[in-house]
Amino acid sequence: MDVVSQLQRQFLDFTTSLYREGFLDDQFVQLQKLQDESNPEFVIEVVSLFFEDSEKLLNNLSTALQQHIVDYKQVDALVHQFKGSSSSIGAQRVKNVCVSFRNYCEEKNVEGCFRCLQQVKHEYHLVKSRLDALFKLEQQILAAGGSVPMIA
Amino acid sequence: MESCNCIEPQWPADELLMKYQYISDFFIALAYFSIPLELIYFVKKSAVFPYRWVLVQFGAFIVLCGATHLINLWTFNMHSRTVAVVMTTAKVLTALVSCVTALMLVHIIPDLLSVKTRELFLKNKAAELDREMGLIRTQEETGRHVRMLTHEIRSTLDRHTILKTTLVELGRTLALEECALWMPTRTGLELQLSYTLRHQNPVGFTVPTQLPVINQVFSTNRAVKISPNSPVARLRPVAAKYMPGEVVAVRVPLLHLSNFQIYDWPELSTKRYALMVLMLPSDSARKWHVHELELVEVVADQVAVALSHAAILEESMRARDLLMEQNVALDLARREAETAVRARNDFLAVMNHEMGTPMHAIIAVSSLLQETELTPEQRLMVETILKSSNLLATLINDVLDLSRLEDGSLQLDIGTFNLHALFKEVLNLIKPIASVKKLFITLSLASDLPEYAVGDEKRLMQTLLNVVGNAVKFSKDGSISLSAFVAKSESLRDSRVPDFFPVPSDNHFYLRVQVKDSGSGINPQDIPKLFTKFAQGQSLATKNSDGSGLGLAICKRFVNLMEGHIWIESEGLGKGATAIFVVKLGIPEPSNELKLSFVPKGPANHGQTNFLGLKVLVMDDNGVSRSVTKGLLVHLGCDVMTVSSGDECLRVITQEHQVVFMDICMPGVDGYEVAVRIHETFSKRHERPLIVALTGNTDRVTKEHCLRVGMDGVILKPVSVDKMRSVLSELLEHRVLFEA
Repeated sequence: MDVVSQLQRQFLDFTTSLYREGFLDDQFVQLQKLQDESNPEFVIEVVSLFFEDSEKLLNNLSTALQQHIVDYKQVDALVHQFKGSSSSIGAQRVKNVCVSFRNYCEEKNVEGCFRCLQQVKHEYHLVKSRLDALFKLEQQILAAGGSVPMIA
Repeated sequence: MESCNCIEPQWPADELLMKYQYISDFFIALAYFSIPLELIYFVKKSAVFPYRWVLVQFGAFIVLCGATHLINLWTFNMHSRTVAVVMTTAKVLTALVSCVTALMLVHIIPDLLSVKTRELFLKNKAAELDREMGLIRTQEETGRHVRMLTHEIRSTLDRHTILKTTLVELGRTLALEECALWMPTRTGLELQLSYTLRHQNPVGFTVPTQLPVINQVFSTNRAVKISPNSPVARLRPVAAKYMPGEVVAVRVPLLHLSNFQIYDWPELSTKRYALMVLMLPSDSARKWHVHELELVEVVADQVAVALSHAAILEESMRARDLLMEQNVALDLARREAETAVRARNDFLAVMNHEMGTPMHAIIAVSSLLQETELTPEQRLMVETILKSSNLLATLINDVLDLSRLEDGSLQLDIGTFNLHALFKEVLNLIKPIASVKKLFITLSLASDLPEYAVGDEKRLMQTLLNVVGNAVKFSKDGSISLSAFVAKSESLRDSRVPDFFPVPSDNHFYLRVQVKDSGSGINPQDIPKLFTKFAQGQSLATKNSDGSGLGLAICKRFVNLMEGHIWIESEGLGKGATAIFVVKLGIPEPSNELKLSFVPKGPANHGQTNFLGLKVLVMDDNGVSRSVTKGLLVHLGCDVMTVSSGDECLRVITQEHQVVFMDICMPGVDGYEVAVRIHETFSKRHERPLIVALTGNTDRVTKEHCLRVGMDGVILKPVSVDKMRSVLSELLEHRVLFEA
């Protein structure tokens, strides 16, 4: 097998594992569908936007939770945002943590919130590193002259 | 004078002398006159005497001599002058003629002698010719004998008769005392006395083959004289009293069947010979003549030929018998096979019917169920049941197809179809089952995979479903990845299938599909059996007794019909398996793509053209969501403007916007308020853009609220491309959409 096929195979295996482990869900697939000749960098753009957004949100969340008196409404709003963006790009695990985060917010459970914050940070970093790796693989395939296989 | 002829002589003593002279002369004259008469008589009788003229001369000579003597008779007495004259004349003439004759004889006698010589010569020649005639006659006799012998020998194809006849005939022809035939034993090391002329039951004498006398005979194809004391010639107890006759031995080549392409017999070294020994009668002075030896040699050759013919005949009879036996066996086998095939077909037909009836019942009832009121989940379930049952019904029909496949009477239904849609359809069909088992399925299509292809869509789908179905069936958890590529020529030659050499051409391409699962795997030893009908591996049988075992066999046949190849790789039990197949599909003419009447199943596909230029406004405060929604709509061809707040929305909205998508979960902004305001801005219904709410939860409260404020639709986030597409088309058609 030549380099391109090997890379493609690697890409497929990696992608499959991402879905299998729940890092990504169908929404990510939808995103990839939106990428075409008129919009070749769509996915990367959206994902970069997500990363930016998420960094900000996480910072704000940390700040908010470290307040002496926690403003749960604000926290809830931030988590809601995070949930929205993560579900938009299909970061499933992040989204799931956000859901339970919101529950703790409603209960006004500080420890629960803290725990969730840690969890969501953790999940976020996991998915970020994986997406970075995915994009790197894509670059490699394109550099080797191949085409990135489409997942449906 | 007295007329009396009696002569009365005066008889004095000296007249006696005269008397005697007188009488003698008389008789001489008589003799002389009679000789010519005799001569004339004999010459007249024989026609061959060459010297007639000589005879005449001689005759004249004799006549004259006779006349002379006769006239002499008158001169004994007194005779007249006339008589004297006549006498003189006669004498003169006689002298003349006799001299001439004498002279003549000088010439004649050598001739006469040579005649004699010639006569002798001719006699010798005649004797010689006689001898030669005798020889020729003998040879002809011999030839006749040989022909007769050969005829006798060759008139039978039985080995024993041949040999016996040979000996008998030879014995008769050549008047032999004894004639014997020594045959080589199986090992070839000894010669065994097999046949004799006189002895009825020859005792089994053997002599070793390596005797010098035997080697001498075997080394030449001529008949060889041998000593009567040599072991091969001593067939009878030797009694001292008689002198044994001469003995001749000759070799008889025995041909093996395999030697028939060789025409020159003496050249061969590894040949078997038999020995024929012929003995002349003892106590006779007979010797072997050359022609007899030749006869023996010729006969030996003929015998060899006859024996080989006999051997061939035996062999061919044996072969024919064998063939007949085989024919009978084959016939029986064929009849049995036919019976088996008929039985199998009957079985298949019956099974087909038996399986079909309940199947049709399921399909019918499910269809009826579909018509009733159902919750969405129930509807989904019923649809799955219906789809699966239809599939199963097709599969049952194809059980019969299999037998038709094997007869070679099945043909592919070639048509143009959407390849991408086919894969998606397969995925959609399998997804429900897979999700029940918590299996994750991915589909990846190579970017250079043509969208449309020419081939048998139904059977390709069937194959695909079967293979994917197997992957699902034999995986308890994990994931299944289905990928499709266009096979390039290097990758076409897979080392695992060395006898498959596909050749791509201009209007065909090879589709390569791989289905990889992380399931229970297959023992590499079982892999060849997988494609055999009704055969299941040991482990498979215990786990899934509901598999008919036909699936892969049918797939293989379909794939073969499509000029492709299918195989399965697995590293072993528990390590998953990959099923790979390559099939040949045609590339459709570009013009055909637009004429397609085939509508892919699934969500209604109105194409992107409907939405081209559709002016849409998207209101969402979440940057990521906003870009995703925008990307979605742009992909569908819309002209999208985005705003991130309600105020901004109200500011930019115009009559030209046909649809507004707004996220109603925005904190701090009341989407509902915005909707109300939009209604106020655009009083006329046809000027107002359609408002669709994007929300994360679609409970009844939210929906009612949306309805109340005059929204035209509610969609649950996240939105897929297909969903957006159908939403837009529904909206534009009905101007209202409420997702159930």
